[in-house]
Amino acid sequence: MTTPEPAFATDRAVLVARLKTILPAHCLLVDEEDLRPYECDGLTAYRELPLAVCLPESEGQVIDVLRTCHLLGVPVVARGAGTGLSGGAMPHAQGVVLSLARLNKILRVDRSARIAVVQPGVRNLAVSEAAAPHGLYYAPDPSSQIACTLGGNVAENSGGVHCLKYGLTVHNVLHIRVVSIEGEVFEIGSEAPDVPGYDLLALLIGSEGMLGVVTEVTVKLVPKPELAQVVMASFDDVARAGDAVAAIIAAGIIPAGLEMMDKPATAAVEPYVKAGYDLDAAAILLCESDGTPEEVAEEIARVTGVLTAAGAREIRVSQSEAERLRFWAGRKAAFPAVGRITPDYYCMDGTIPRKRLAEMLSAIADMEKKYDLRCANVFHAGDGNLHPLIMYDAAKSGEWTNAEAFGAEILELSVTLGGSITGEHGVGIEKINQMCVQYKTPELEAFRRIKAAFDESGLLNPGKAVPSLHRCAEYGRMHVHHGDVKFPELERF
Amino acid sequence: MTLDQIAAAIRAAHDAARQVPLGGSQTPLRIRGAGSKDFYGGMLAGDVLDVGVYKGIVAYEPTELYITARCGTPLAEIEAVLAEKGQMLAFEPPHFSGATVGGCVAAGLSGPRRQQAGAVRDFVLGVKLIDGTGQMLDFGGQVMKNVAGYDVSRLLAGSMGTLGVLAEVTLKVLPRPVAERTLVFAVDEGEAIRRLNEWGGQPLPVSASFWHEGKLWLRLSGAGAAVEAASRKLGGLVAVDPEKHWISVREQTHPAFAGAILWRLAVPTTAASPGLDGLRAIEWGGGQRWYAGEQEAVRGAAARGGGHAVLYRAPESLRCREGAFAPLSPALLALHRRLKKSFDPEAILNPGRLYAEF
Repeated sequence: MTTPEPAFATDRAVLVARLKTILPAHCLLVDEEDLRPYECDGLTAYRELPLAVCLPESEGQVIDVLRTCHLLGVPVVARGAGTGLSGGAMPHAQGVVLSLARLNKILRVDRSARIAVVQPGVRNLAVSEAAAPHGLYYAPDPSSQIACTLGGNVAENSGGVHCLKYGLTVHNVLHIRVVSIEGEVFEIGSEAPDVPGYDLLALLIGSEGMLGVVTEVTVKLVPKPELAQVVMASFDDVARAGDAVAAIIAAGIIPAGLEMMDKPATAAVEPYVKAGYDLDAAAILLCESDGTPEEVAEEIARVTGVLTAAGAREIRVSQSEAERLRFWAGRKAAFPAVGRITPDYYCMDGTIPRKRLAEMLSAIADMEKKYDLRCANVFHAGDGNLHPLIMYDAAKSGEWTNAEAFGAEILELSVTLGGSITGEHGVGIEKINQMCVQYKTPELEAFRRIKAAFDESGLLNPGKAVPSLHRCAEYGRMHVHHGDVKFPELERF
Repeated sequence: MTLDQIAAAIRAAHDAARQVPLGGSQTPLRIRGAGSKDFYGGMLAGDVLDVGVYKGIVAYEPTELYITARCGTPLAEIEAVLAEKGQMLAFEPPHFSGATVGGCVAAGLSGPRRQQAGAVRDFVLGVKLIDGTGQMLDFGGQVMKNVAGYDVSRLLAGSMGTLGVLAEVTLKVLPRPVAERTLVFAVDEGEAIRRLNEWGGQPLPVSASFWHEGKLWLRLSGAGAAVEAASRKLGGLVAVDPEKHWISVREQTHPAFAGAILWRLAVPTTAASPGLDGLRAIEWGGGQRWYAGEQEAVRGAAARGGGHAVLYRAPESLRCREGAFAPLSPALLALHRRLKKSFDPEAILNPGRLYAEF
């Protein structure tokens, strides 16, 4: 297992005594049974018990906790709903978890200005629900949107199935309040189109809790489209489906959503949600169009034409909202559906240029044989973000090790193909070694200097997202043998 | 000039600066593409580092929606190549006589379509940067989604060359809209702002807006049927030769932008009129407003409205006195200085171009 570095020498008794002076009893957890639920986030393979969990109910308490930890030299791991898939919120053994879950108020929804001001613990979907009476919604919709929080979305720069057209979190957040490790409050961004000086908002969004702790988020709301319809097309081979995606873009169409699932994925999903997928197809595409009824009709006609020309063997257009939701239900339930047919699965998050899709899928097929594990693929095809779901059984000796190596190989191939190790889940602790593959020493050093400009003490989420050069050197040494790991039974750093 | 030569020039300046004794003066480098935005930002100082000669499109993949170009590539060349494939730079940047793509990203200026599509920073996917030590760094890439490491590429948009030379940039591109139509309405300032915000809350394909002296131009872009339907719903007069109009807005050749002193206010779209004289134009659904002439109270007024004021065009003496950009809080200024130092430890790149302090 990958353990975070560096180590800190925290005096637990002193820490707890100090925290008790700044937080009421119900805002502080210190007993092991209470800490246990916080030992991991959505990436359950990596676990660590923190020394304490702080559950502040105000920004003032957040500031007090940060100041205290700064004074005592104690690491702080901020946490929202803990749905992250890269271990970004995995606790530090010598640190505290700072949960923002109780800062969960929607402070303001302004219909005219089309913004919502919320606390970081507000759930993603709750923002759209609050905006719905005004005919507005918050566009980024990660699949965990019923549970994940805006603070976590900011930390990870979360995406979703609609980000090809509507953008990521970074395109939809206007302003944040951030507390530094020293307890100083910064106002970053603005309700105006821009701010003077550097675009610190862009830097902070996706910074994985390493630069500051978010205590307030102002998001952009957009008008809810009058209508949405989805086209479902099936293909006899994945390369042709990939070409169809390129053909849609080449035709000048930016669909609201453009998703692909391969045969193992549809096979897992269909018995579970009965979406009506073509189970004989090698791959299916879901292509959503939204806008005014006129706009949707025009776009659907064009999409259908392109898909037919691209060799789709079957095309269906949703004829009602219920049918549209049913088509999507399968895609949205892909992870839990795979979870039903395997004891455990490991979700990857590489991005690749779309044109390399067939190459990637064929390499994954080879890796299935090499590691003797099955893999289902769901794909945000429109923006090249692939989620291979590697199926394994943690109870079987060696399967997790193989799954981890399988995943690492996919990520490293993503970089080779001109992509990235993570499109929307973040680096966290999971992909820390692959950062050494994606970036060279000068970039990693630049990241570390940026970190130091915000957090000189290095106490905010230490050991995550940006690897030390020492770690990369170690990984590089091992990497020579990659694919043929010599000592699979040994822990990897 | 090759990439290595640019890096060598920076390294030499960096090394020379390190030799300067404490309190001595050093000669910084002034990064220049086409010089089309020499008028913008803080004072120009130092030896010219001409990066305009490092040019050419490196890669363009229409179906992957990106273009990669060297910093000196003229925007006009990029836009011509994109147009052949029916695509565009959706943030509609100004050219101001020959702007290069490096300068475009470094200055972070967006045009009329920013209201619908987003700003420069929203389209920056990757940057090859040469920092203040002459080191080459690659941030981001050519894919739409990439959350590995801090998003340095977007940080560089609008950094005015103070963090490094943006030697090569990768931008997301988008298809050109199938149909466009511009409508004109006769309304006063207050009514224009009210209507723009009302329309902004509806699913209408509004891609640009421009108000000047009682007239509001509204551009609709999208599917033919959508533009048609919105146009029927909104009324107004259909503008003649709209393309020329929007170019004049983008390039600020429209009479609204005439005069020696021009202030740009970036405010929330719903901000009430700040009570200043000299309003020349309103853009971006109310978010960008232009004022002419010397303004005593402009920075305070913009701040009270929830935004900030940029002294956009002005004689040197006034720019020196007022600073081009609104002052930062002490805490933010300290943070800016630390970031500047982390990329340009000897402060040799475009000092004073953003703020006099660094």
